[in-house]
Amino acid sequence: MEILAALTDGILIAMQPHNLGLAVIGVIVGLFVGALPGLGSVNGVAILLPFTFVINEATSDPASPMIFLAAIYYGAMYGGAISSITLGIPGASTAVATTFDGRPMALQGNADRALVTAAIASFIGGTVATVFFSGFAPFLSSVALDFGNPEIFALMLLAFATFIGLGGDDIPKTMFSIFFGLLLATVGFDTISGEPRLIFFNDREQTAVLEAVGMTGAAENVPYFDSIGWFSRGIQFLVLAIGVYGIGEMIWTINASRYKLTMTETKISFSRIMKAIVGMKDAWKGTTIGSFLGFFVGILPAAGATPGSLMSYGVAKMTSRNPKSYGQGNPDGVAAPEAANNSASTGAMLPMMTLGIPGSPTTAVLLAGMVIWGLEPGPRMFEDRPEFVWPLIGSFYISNIVAVLVNLAFIPLFLWVLRMPFTILAPVIFVLSVIGTYAAYDNMYDVWLMVFFGIGAYLLRILDYPLAPAVLAVVLGTTAEQKLRQSLLLSDGDFAIFYSPFFDRDGKGQEWWIAPITTWVAVILILLPIILWAMKKIRAKA
Amino acid sequence: MRRAEFVTAIILGLLSAYLMWKSGEGPEWDTEYVHWSNIGVNIDGSGPGKGFWPFYLALGMLVSCIWIIVNTIRRTSPPSQSDEPFMDAYAKKMLLFVGGGLIGFLLLVEWFSMYFGIAIFMFYYMMFLGRHPLFLSIVTSLVVPFWLYLFFDIVMTKIQPKGMRWLEDAFYNPTGEFFRSQSLITIALCFVISGALLALSARAARE
Repeated sequence: MEILAALTDGILIAMQPHNLGLAVIGVIVGLFVGALPGLGSVNGVAILLPFTFVINEATSDPASPMIFLAAIYYGAMYGGAISSITLGIPGASTAVATTFDGRPMALQGNADRALVTAAIASFIGGTVATVFFSGFAPFLSSVALDFGNPEIFALMLLAFATFIGLGGDDIPKTMFSIFFGLLLATVGFDTISGEPRLIFFNDREQTAVLEAVGMTGAAENVPYFDSIGWFSRGIQFLVLAIGVYGIGEMIWTINASRYKLTMTETKISFSRIMKAIVGMKDAWKGTTIGSFLGFFVGILPAAGATPGSLMSYGVAKMTSRNPKSYGQGNPDGVAAPEAANNSASTGAMLPMMTLGIPGSPTTAVLLAGMVIWGLEPGPRMFEDRPEFVWPLIGSFYISNIVAVLVNLAFIPLFLWVLRMPFTILAPVIFVLSVIGTYAAYDNMYDVWLMVFFGIGAYLLRILDYPLAPAVLAVVLGTTAEQKLRQSLLLSDGDFAIFYSPFFDRDGKGQEWWIAPITTWVAVILILLPIILWAMKKIRAKA
Repeated sequence: MRRAEFVTAIILGLLSAYLMWKSGEGPEWDTEYVHWSNIGVNIDGSGPGKGFWPFYLALGMLVSCIWIIVNTIRRTSPPSQSDEPFMDAYAKKMLLFVGGGLIGFLLLVEWFSMYFGIAIFMFYYMMFLGRHPLFLSIVTSLVVPFWLYLFFDIVMTKIQPKGMRWLEDAFYNPTGEFFRSQSLITIALCFVISGALLALSARAARE
């Protein structure tokens, strides 16, 4: 009851005209920043952080600057789906899974339906998460603290297990794709030992090449022969994702359509949008899975919205009666990741506010914003600063409502993009892929690599190699390796830490059940498609 | 298609083997390093070495490639059952013009800056691959980089490559100085006016 009263007060403060205005502006800015490839919520929040000084001076309300930043965060989460659906380029890692079904829906002329589904699923996901947030924040943060390195690695394993289902029927190619993606994530400097690793074309190899072509001398005197600027930077997630979806998919579409492609209906009417809203009933399952699973994954430290959205997509597909329709334009495949990434982004604020642990780069910037405004995130913040906490939580509800309304209102504008002739849209997508990659990493090396991956992805796609699992694996690879190695360090190299609840981690004889249960579920999920595949082959032979 | 699948699996298998070897490599500056000594699961009580995870991933890749090769030989995968060519004449031509265009675009970015590169690439694509009218191609290839310049360089201060030094000094520095001194409303007006110009030229092209 006490919580309800505090929340009502918070919502009323968040609805004061100046806070409501800030929420609207923040959502619109976030929506457009999130919609552009290469710019995500972290850019929006970081770039506009200085504006909060002006806001604070103008409003004298301690909650206003944070309400503005949180609204940008929300808007950007909604915006990520727009470029995934309309252009087929995931603007941020959180929107990768939306591309899988959002893009086919756009290609089938159902972009309006995909956008509406994404907006409403995001709204539901965000609202469910905010309800959990307001009701159970202290309890949930203590649950999240029970997740140590072995538990998080087991969770990653579970995510990889769901990826196997994403690859279709060809198990070895899907497995190759997952291993390849995970391996790409290891290129660069090892985060634990700090040593360079898998630096292809390093100084030694460069010198050998130069000598072979009769050019002796220091490699750094030759353009592009400088390993520091190359693979030591690692292979970034967006480089592969934009390459695969922005370049590879586009070349594939051009080849398949011969430029004779209309991506959407020429007339967008209110009745079509209403029909799409009514059509949300086909996406209730994905929305439900995404809302709950996304929040749960989001509250875990170092997890965040990306694994949440990917796992939700995998689970929605796995539990579907018609898994083959995923990847072909199933609205559930749009709803699950979109509900999840919004739910998880709210969830990620929980460890940030209650423990002071940011779960994602954006929450890290938000945390910095809170510190700037004299707040000390931690377990006591709910008691010590209720005048700040509850209006902020109230603004989550308001921002969610504002975001869905703004998003629905802007759908005709987003669809206008798709009405362009394909011979104009295609170069625009190529250009956005290049400029977006550069904007994200400030390096031409990443841009070249992105185009290289794009052309490679096109060639592999002809041979039925599923590329989505590779993209997903790159996203989770670094965290997975870190957690695996830290766990094995804890167990002196004993893998029992993952599969046995009786493994004594701390010398106190305590039993640990979360990691083993998760690991065994993951193992079953990995083996299940292989067993089913083998049975299918045997049956076909018989 | 079958041959392409077979050859690709062999190439990827060789790449996997190279990656396994590469995982066991030590730092360039350590001359006493013994190859493979970093792939253990618990090296001197300090947990797995830096090569442990990539080595076993590359091994997984190699095993997957062998599995793919077996499937190709046994004709159990869809590409190995297909009689279609890996790429038909249109696909080869398209890859040459689009892929080649993209590589040319990146070279232009390196030498003549992001925005001039975009202008030339847009014009090439619209005029020669899209066969749009000359006027529309010119207007689009000027307006699109202008929008992107205003958004990325001016509003978001995400500075893009400026190409050779003389181009930066002669063109970008004065232009940047001019636009950065303008208010956000003026910038928004520039967006709207150039957008209107684009819409008018598109309408003219349709008619």
